[in-house]
Amino acid sequence: MKITTRKMLDRSFSSFGLFSIVLMILALLVILVPIFKRGSTAIVFNGTVEHRRFLLERFERGDEQEMASEITAIQAAQKPVYDMIEHFENRQRKYLDALNEPLTKLAKRSDSIGRLTKRRLKRLDKNKPFLTNVKTIQKLTDRLKGHVDSDNIQAEIEQLDATIQKIETQTKNLVELKEAIRELLGPAPGETRPVLLRKQYGQTRWDRAQVKLHEVLYIEKWDYSNEGMGRKVFEPRVEHFRGTEIEPLFDYMETNTEAMLRPQLTFYWGFLTDKSMDIHIFGGIFPELLGTVYLTLGAILFAVPMGVIAAIYFSEYARPGIIISFLRICISTLAGVPSIVFGMFGLAFLLNGCHLPKGVLAGSLTLALVILPTIIRSAEEAIRAVPRTYREAALSLGASRWRTVVTVVIPAALPGILTGTVISMGRAAGETAPIIFTAAASVAATLSLNPLQVWDQPTQALSWNIYNLCTEHEAANEIQHVLFGMTATIILVVLFLNLFAIILRARISKKLKGETT
Amino acid sequence: MTQSPATNASSIPSTANIEESQKIAHVTAKDFSIYYSSKEVVKKINLDIWAKKVTAIIGPSGCGKSTFLRSINRMNDLIPGCTVTGDLSLNGTNVYGKRIDITALRKTAGIVFQKPNPFPKSIFDNIAYGPRLHGVTRRPELELVVEKSLRQAALWDEVKDRLPNNALSLSGGQQQRLCIARSLAIEPDILLMDEPTSALDPKATARIEDLISELRGKYTIIIVTHNMQQASRISDFTAFFYEGVLIEYDQTLPLFTNPSKKRTEDYITGRFG
Repeated sequence: MKITTRKMLDRSFSSFGLFSIVLMILALLVILVPIFKRGSTAIVFNGTVEHRRFLLERFERGDEQEMASEITAIQAAQKPVYDMIEHFENRQRKYLDALNEPLTKLAKRSDSIGRLTKRRLKRLDKNKPFLTNVKTIQKLTDRLKGHVDSDNIQAEIEQLDATIQKIETQTKNLVELKEAIRELLGPAPGETRPVLLRKQYGQTRWDRAQVKLHEVLYIEKWDYSNEGMGRKVFEPRVEHFRGTEIEPLFDYMETNTEAMLRPQLTFYWGFLTDKSMDIHIFGGIFPELLGTVYLTLGAILFAVPMGVIAAIYFSEYARPGIIISFLRICISTLAGVPSIVFGMFGLAFLLNGCHLPKGVLAGSLTLALVILPTIIRSAEEAIRAVPRTYREAALSLGASRWRTVVTVVIPAALPGILTGTVISMGRAAGETAPIIFTAAASVAATLSLNPLQVWDQPTQALSWNIYNLCTEHEAANEIQHVLFGMTATIILVVLFLNLFAIILRARISKKLKGETT
Repeated sequence: MTQSPATNASSIPSTANIEESQKIAHVTAKDFSIYYSSKEVVKKINLDIWAKKVTAIIGPSGCGKSTFLRSINRMNDLIPGCTVTGDLSLNGTNVYGKRIDITALRKTAGIVFQKPNPFPKSIFDNIAYGPRLHGVTRRPELELVVEKSLRQAALWDEVKDRLPNNALSLSGGQQQRLCIARSLAIEPDILLMDEPTSALDPKATARIEDLISELRGKYTIIIVTHNMQQASRISDFTAFFYEGVLIEYDQTLPLFTNPSKKRTEDYITGRFG
């Protein structure tokens, strides 16, 4: 081959190699950067006063006096809103009261109309919600229309019906508006405290608050006028309230949201150390993080001793033969088995066969099986890579085989074994399928920090909960920051483990080679 | 070297010039053969190796000299398919007997390999490895053994200030002396050396040779070497192996100056090998 051809080939090979590395890094960035960007919003975000109130009330974090003054401020800002609503409600009440007179007149009649009206009017109750009473009368007028036998009251009844119809529509609109405002600002003053935690607070995050504000200002509708696909359209809610006391409310809310919620840049480190409340609507991901740590450490605890002993057997004791080759093939195959199969095995063998409770122990054992082949192979490679001369030296000094393995071979193979272990740890931390049946629970008590108490407790885990919350959570949209936060956390955990492996390996290799002084 | 090989027809070791008191056989081989699988690599060897003497084994590559050396403390057991026939005894005990304690055997016969092979541990731990194996655990005792062994191996002055350092930070020659010291630390009777200087530079080689001279008379030393000058410089006796057969075994001076066999003469004059 000519030297120029060879040079050219050489260059093209190296540039191709470089290109593929660059491509890999780019792909990694394309995946990781958005995840970290969105994941970081779980910790760094514009928090509203509701977030601070939540922290103070539930986690007792924050300054009570400052909070009191903040609450006074937002209440002052919110007052016009609630005032306008109250005026509007009073107006509606007056409209309804005005119907009293014609209705009692109807009730005094002796025919069927009178009897029907009388019966219906008895159902009215001041303590019932306004809308219920409105609906009772609406039903009445609806029925009356069918009973009309003379023309002289037909006009009267139809007018009654039209009036009540209008009141009902307005009241319904108001209820919807109030619900939208409650989602944004939290319960109105004087309202009974809702049971569900998520209804007790307004929006804690400014980005979510803006979404909710949009929902206050606009009504989402579907336009099917086109053939085929429907189209989402937003209709200004103010159209429903033209000419009423509420009309200025929308402008007011749009311009004064900041005053009502007081957003400020928040670093919520508690995301990693707080328990979650109301299924991740509030709070952090500590239970998941702790569950993942327990499961991973448990898996390592079982898999490493077993794996290293198996590797020692394979590389130091076993005589090469059909059985050993067969076992090796089995282990390689095991490494490629889909992890859900391990999950099913854990369910069938550990839970149903051995009657282990669904919990950390069963999950750890299943995960241990998943990572065992990797650990065996990496440990075996590491042990094989130990120079024969080390063994010879130890044996020549009179060491037994076992002693040689323990005092010379294993220490020399330690970097390789540790690397395999830590990389397997990353795998165990990320596995989902093996723990679905054996350990994971979407809602469970936070595990104790005492490892001895947790073996039979089901637990949340990052990997499982990312999946579970994405697919099962009734308000998955509202907790996107939590989902991305979890994803970024698990990626960081794995990255740190791998980084740790690299550093550990470098340090031990250096020590073995005698480069440190 | 100019004399005819026919002057001494005997291949039986000549001991005529040694004083009676020194003629103690330390290692005795009788019809001793070694096989790798079915290939006979050492063929029916008969020889006595005398106590407290330095015996060199020379011969071209692949002649079975290292194999023979390693068979003395059964390091060949590590090689799959290696079997022996005949007798080999050390201190009068059959090395390949059924009841032999290999640990005790290897404690009696220390070995130094071709390439320095210190453990990736500290200098101290390298030397202390053997004594620890054989039950010395107390620190002061270990320190004594370590110092004594390093002094014997002429390494003490160079490393006494950095005993906790990794042994692999030493130079090649120092590493080899460390390995010798490590072997000496288990207090063997016999020191087997398998081309101990072939991986070292001339200066380090000279130091090892000096060391062997210093150890002469204290230990029985068997050294396998490619270097005939080295054999002639340091050994009392020399055995010449060729293709697994012991061709000639004699005191070093007669063997080099007046070999009895044609092959020996050819080899030491550099006509082959």
